[in-house]
Amino acid sequence: MESALVEEIVSKFEGSSPRASIDHPAANVPADLLTSVAQWLRDAKGFDMLMDVTSIDFSEDASPRFTGVYHFANSMKHEYVRIAADCLDDVEPELPSLSKIYPAADWHERENFDLMGIKYQGHPDMRRILMWEAYPYHPLRKEFPLAGIETELPAADVAEATQAKVIAAPMMGGPFHSPQTGAMSKREPRAADESWTEAKPKPKN
Amino acid sequence: MATENNYAYNSKIEGDLVVTKLDSAINWIRKHSVWPMPMGLACCAIELMAVGASRFDISRFGMEVMRFSPRQADCMIVSGTVTYKMAEVVRRIYDQMAEPKWVVAMGACASTGGMYRSYAVLQGVDRIVPVDVYISGCPPRPEALLDGMIKLQDKIQREPSVKNLMNRDMHQAPEKKSTPATAHA
Repeated sequence: MESALVEEIVSKFEGSSPRASIDHPAANVPADLLTSVAQWLRDAKGFDMLMDVTSIDFSEDASPRFTGVYHFANSMKHEYVRIAADCLDDVEPELPSLSKIYPAADWHERENFDLMGIKYQGHPDMRRILMWEAYPYHPLRKEFPLAGIETELPAADVAEATQAKVIAAPMMGGPFHSPQTGAMSKREPRAADESWTEAKPKPKN
Repeated sequence: MATENNYAYNSKIEGDLVVTKLDSAINWIRKHSVWPMPMGLACCAIELMAVGASRFDISRFGMEVMRFSPRQADCMIVSGTVTYKMAEVVRRIYDQMAEPKWVVAMGACASTGGMYRSYAVLQGVDRIVPVDVYISGCPPRPEALLDGMIKLQDKIQREPSVKNLMNRDMHQAPEKKSTPATAHA
């Protein structure tokens, strides 16, 4: 999508390029310029709100593997812009933190760190936000199975008393979803393929 | 002259008393004064609130006194999705409840993990606490919860309460991790 704003970003920040987009203007910027782009968008362009911080895992063998994606909004002009920055390291991805410019980035970046494993440099409190602190994986990465991986419960004494573990959830023909058509009474969530269970595995073709 | 009536209970001779077993007397008292602990974790808790309100009215069964302190409750109604992070809390609250105590797994999530076959959700609360009654539904209707609570009352009525009183540690709390003896010396 062509836009004066994207052209301005490309000319002003070396190494930036327009990014394919079907809705709002979008640009790729180098990771080391991310904070200056954000500062410029906020102070010079009136993008006073950080709507979302998210990230993409393009698979284990892609390089660059991880891309951070930011959505900024201009509340006076009702404009949006999407900024994407590739992480240089595919094994231990890092991005600069925007939390000093946009306080809203704080928890978003913690969520990205928790689920995708991207470390944000300069973040005031880089801890997990959803999973517990000792959890060893980043569940939204491509190599992580939907059902999960067996590991220990967060509390050692409860695990000892109950012998319970974090298990790979039985999928039983799942994933589960609600049918989008039909009567409401028939739309309870169900497995996509009910022909197999853990006891009777899916026949291999 | 002895008629068959003389073998029956005669209040004029024996006064106002009822003969029963201790078990059934204790159970009768217990089952009509269940104090639920509303462990509301997701949308099932909304139905639980409906059950507590006037339309469905759980007070008809003597269970209207919901306490948010586990020390004052004896029936934990786990209503909602239990994540692994919350599982620890559920178990600790269960350990803090006074005996005798019961657990109701309300809805699909509490019973089996429900539609959340995921890395983050405990696959059934019976993995960490002993469950007495499971209630199906996503979420269950208030009538279903009432039916489950009536089932729990029937279960309480069948309990060997006196025997349980003798074996008090039937739900033993996990032992506290003691610090090494040298720390106290």
